[in-house]
Amino acid sequence: MRKFDRHQGLVAPMDRANVDTDLIIPKQFLKSIKRTGFGPNLFDELRYLDEGYPGQDVATRPLNPDFVLNQPRYQGASVLLARRNFGCGSSREHAPWALEDFGFRVIIAPSFADIFFNNAFKNGLLLITFDEATVDRLFQEAEAEEGYRLDVDLESQQVITPSGETLTFEVDAFRKQCLLEGLDDIGLTLKDADAIDDFEKRHRQARPWLFRQAG
Amino acid sequence: MAGQTLYDKLWSRHLVKERDDGTALIYIDRHLLHEVTSPQAFEGLRLAGRKPWRLDTNLATPDHNVPTTLKERSEGNAGIVDPVSRIQVETLDDNCTSFGIEEFRINDARQGIVHVVGPEQGATQPGMTVVCGDSHTATHGAFGALAHGIGTSEVEHVLATQCLIQRKMKNMQVRVEGELGLGVTAKDIVLAVIGKIGTAGGTGYAIEFAGSAIRDLSMEGRMTICNMAIEAGARVGLVAVDETTVEYLRRRPFAPSEEYWDAAVADWRELVSDDDAPFDKIVELDAAAIEPQVTWGTSPEMVAGVGAQVPDPAAAGDETVQRGVSRALEYMGLHAGQQITDIQLDKVFIGSCTNSRIEDLREAAKVAEGRKVADSIKLAMVVPGSGLVKRQAEEEGLDKIFLEAGFEWREPGCSMCLAMNADKLGTGEHCASTSNRNFEGRQGYGGRTHLVSPAMAAAAAIAGHFVDVRDFGAEGAANDDSQVQEA
Repeated sequence: MRKFDRHQGLVAPMDRANVDTDLIIPKQFLKSIKRTGFGPNLFDELRYLDEGYPGQDVATRPLNPDFVLNQPRYQGASVLLARRNFGCGSSREHAPWALEDFGFRVIIAPSFADIFFNNAFKNGLLLITFDEATVDRLFQEAEAEEGYRLDVDLESQQVITPSGETLTFEVDAFRKQCLLEGLDDIGLTLKDADAIDDFEKRHRQARPWLFRQAG
Repeated sequence: MAGQTLYDKLWSRHLVKERDDGTALIYIDRHLLHEVTSPQAFEGLRLAGRKPWRLDTNLATPDHNVPTTLKERSEGNAGIVDPVSRIQVETLDDNCTSFGIEEFRINDARQGIVHVVGPEQGATQPGMTVVCGDSHTATHGAFGALAHGIGTSEVEHVLATQCLIQRKMKNMQVRVEGELGLGVTAKDIVLAVIGKIGTAGGTGYAIEFAGSAIRDLSMEGRMTICNMAIEAGARVGLVAVDETTVEYLRRRPFAPSEEYWDAAVADWRELVSDDDAPFDKIVELDAAAIEPQVTWGTSPEMVAGVGAQVPDPAAAGDETVQRGVSRALEYMGLHAGQQITDIQLDKVFIGSCTNSRIEDLREAAKVAEGRKVADSIKLAMVVPGSGLVKRQAEEEGLDKIFLEAGFEWREPGCSMCLAMNADKLGTGEHCASTSNRNFEGRQGYGGRTHLVSPAMAAAAAIAGHFVDVRDFGAEGAANDDSQVQEA
C-alpha cells in the first residue's frame, strides 16, 4: 500500500449527500479482474453525458460540463470534500480503487459508510470526518476561492487551510500506523499466526461441527 | 454484571486477540465467494506466494454476471455473451480449482445467489462468523450468525489468515411488536425501519431485530430483514436463535452431522441477547401500523406507504436533505403530491438476495394466479434465487402460474438487482423491484427503481401501476379485474 504522511492538494467540493458506491463506480466496470484502471470511470454517470462501458476510450465521450470534476478550476484535485454518508451501499472495493486511481488522496465528509471507510484506508486513502458545521464552512471556502488547497498532515492529525487555520481530526491508531508506514495488514496479522492456531484448536474442540474435514 | 447482547456473545466467541490500539483479530468460520469481488484477492495471494489458511470454510458460486435465459445458460460459461463477464466467471472457476475451494458452478443445481445458497445448504449456521465480499452478507445474521460484507482486500485477508482486523460495533435493537396486517411482509417491515432511521441510522451498529413480529417470521422473512440492514447503514443485522432457526437447519447438506447435532443445537440456544443486556440504541415499531411500502426516490430511505403521496422537498428536513429529495424526484420523473398508486410502471423484477426464495415466489404467485400482466408492462420477470429454489417452485407449479400470467421465468442469479448481466432497465423506465437498492443507475443507465415486496410487485405487474395488495384479494382472482382497475 502507498504510504501517506503529508499531502497538500486542490480541493473539489461535491455537494451531495448519500453518494453511493454505485454512483462512484457503476457496475459495468466491476467486471474487471484487475485493481487498476478505474479512474477514467469514477462517477461515470455524473461525469459523462452518455452511458459508459468497459474498454471504451473515454477521450471521445461527451463530458457533463456541470459536474464538479469537469470544471476547469478543479482539474488536478486530490482532496474531495463530500457530504454525509459518503460511500453507502455496496462493499465494492472498486470504489476506493477508482477514487485513488483518479488521483484523490484525501476525502473529507461529516460521515462515511462503514464498509467504504474500511476499504478506503486499505488503499492508501485518508478519510477525515469533521462535524457538519466545519464541512459547511470548508464547502463555502472551497467554492468561493479558486485554487483552494488544503494541507493535510497525518502525523499531527491536522488540516491547515489557506488562511492558516488548523483543524484537528481523529484517526484510529491502527489505521494511522498502516498509512504512515504503508503496511500490508496480512503480513501484520500473520505475525499472530500462533495465536490464530491456538484459537482454532480451542474452537475446534468446543464446536467440532464447524470443521467439516479432519486436519 | 450486565448481560450480553447476541452481538457481544458472537464477538467474544471469535476473539483471537485484542490489540493495544483498540482493534481485535476475529476468527472467521465461513467465507462465501463470488466472481466479482474475489479475482484481485486470489491474485494478491498468488503474488505474495500465500495459500488459503483453511480450505473447508470457503464456498464459492458465480452469481452477479450469470445470464438468466435458458438458451444462454444451456451453454454454461460459453453462453455468457459479454466476454468481460465470461472472463470473470471463468476466473472464479480457475481460482477455485487451483486453490482447492469448493464451488457450485454455473449449471450446478445448487448454484445461485450466494446469500440464498449459503443458508439453503446449511452452510450458514448460528454462532458462526460469516463474511463475503458483498454488502448483503448481512442476510446470514438471520441465523444468529455474525455476518457482514467485506471489501476485496479483506477477502484476501480472510483467505490468507482466517481472520479479520475489526473494531467492536455498537449495539442497536430494533423491536417490532404486534401482528402484521394481511399482505404486509418482512420486506415492508425492513423498508419501514429504513424509512424511520434513515440510510445512515445504523452506521457503526450491529442491529438486532427483535419483538413478536420478528419471532413470528419464517427464516426466509428474517433473511429479507437482515439482508437490508446494510441499507440502514448497519453492516450487521441479527435475529436471535429459536426453534424456527433450528428446524430450518435440520438435515441441510452442510448442517452438523447427526453425531454433533444435539451438541450444536444446545450451543445455538445460547445465542440470544440476555434480558438485561444493554443496547446503545433502541428503536420501536408497531407492526400493525406498517403499510405495504414503496420507495419513490433514489435511496432506500425515500419510502412511503402505498396509500401515501410523493413528498414535497420543501417539507423534507435540512437543506442538504431537501436538495437530495428534489434531485431524486427529478431523476425519478415524479412530482410532489403525486399518489404512489399513480406511478405507471414499465418493468417488474421479482428476484435478488432480498426476495427470491421459495416463500417470496409463492407470495407473488398467489397474486398472479389467474390474472394477466398489464399490456403496458414491457417485461415482468421472475428470477429464482438458486437452482434448488427454481426446482422447488417448478414442483409446486409456480412457474406455470407465472408463465400463464405473462411473466418470464428465468434461471437463477443476481440478474436485474444490479444489472451486471444482460437484464437491465432502459433510460427512464420505472420498475417495481423486489431488490434492495434504488440508487441512480443501479438497475440500468437512467433506470428508475421502486423497491417493494414480492406480492406488491406481482400486483403492480397486473395493474400496470402500484396498487395496495391488501385490496387485491388472492381468492377469485379471475373475477376481480374491476377491483384491480379501480385500485
